[in-house]
Amino acid sequence: MARLKLFIPLIIFIALALLFFAVETRVSEGEYDPKELPSALIGKAFPAFQLPDLQTQQILDESLLRGQVSIVNVWATWCPTCLYEHPFLVALAGRNEVGVYGINYKDDPEKARRWLAEKGNPFAANIVDEAGSLGLDLGVTGAPETFVVDRQGVVHMRYQGGLDEAVWQAKFAPLIARLQAEQVQQ
Amino acid sequence: MNAIVKSLALSLCLTLTFGAISAHAVVETYQFRSEADQRRYRALIEELRCPKCQNQNLAGSDAPIAQDLRREVYRLINSGSSDQEILQYMLERYGDFVLYRPRFTLETLALWLGPVVLVLIGMGIWWRLSRTTRETDAPASLNDEERRALNKVLESPGE
Repeated sequence: MARLKLFIPLIIFIALALLFFAVETRVSEGEYDPKELPSALIGKAFPAFQLPDLQTQQILDESLLRGQVSIVNVWATWCPTCLYEHPFLVALAGRNEVGVYGINYKDDPEKARRWLAEKGNPFAANIVDEAGSLGLDLGVTGAPETFVVDRQGVVHMRYQGGLDEAVWQAKFAPLIARLQAEQVQQ
Repeated sequence: MNAIVKSLALSLCLTLTFGAISAHAVVETYQFRSEADQRRYRALIEELRCPKCQNQNLAGSDAPIAQDLRREVYRLINSGSSDQEILQYMLERYGDFVLYRPRFTLETLALWLGPVVLVLIGMGIWWRLSRTTRETDAPASLNDEERRALNKVLESPGE
């Protein structure tokens, strides 16, 4: 018994090593991000706003997001990861699975229009948030961030970081399928 | 010599710790209506955490989001919001994370009670250990045979 006690430190060490290894594996595989923050908006209505559209200058408000399951992508031309995810957004918009909306966050609208003209425009509409006020109401900490909004305009998810097919299939596709199924029943 | 090295190391640690805490990155200068408002602003940006840079407060961060939030705190103070309203405003947008002293909820339970639990475990171990030492320290009494053997050893002349 007394001899067994000698192994306690070793056992604790092995347990901790396994724990850290498991966490680190999940981090490197992108399943867990320790810097990811829970959004305070989950289950709440998308915040009200009155901001112009990037192309038409028409004033948009939160009713834009009613009537379909949509994603709202916070982007800017100064954001490198937005450049990375742009081709995916263009492809996604082409599949017509969900409404794809953009918030052009703290950006120069002229540059943003040029960017979309050059690289293709995946967005059904783009909300211009030059001052970052809508971003503040959304609890945005940087770009890119992507929100999933249901047909009633309720936020279901916030994703921080770049989108690609793997992230989409792992994190977005199941939720969106569920939201769309739910709303067909109603 | 050893003591000097130790005290030097300690003072270095203290300087690094407290020096880091009091570092400020704030560059904007805002005009407040009163000294009291200025003090409230200082206190709030010390208390609120930057949501982007995770272990800095708003006062210590250069991130664009921290600048925005400082401006927002300034705007709210000047529009007459109370400290409580400002904290609530931030909480609604950024969640518990934004407060360096989070509310006591089910989610933050481990954060608040964890240290207490650890201290209790430590005290338990300490109590157990001190009890076993006392048992071994107790004077062992010799029986007659042992006493005779001991006397024999003590009385025998050294070589």
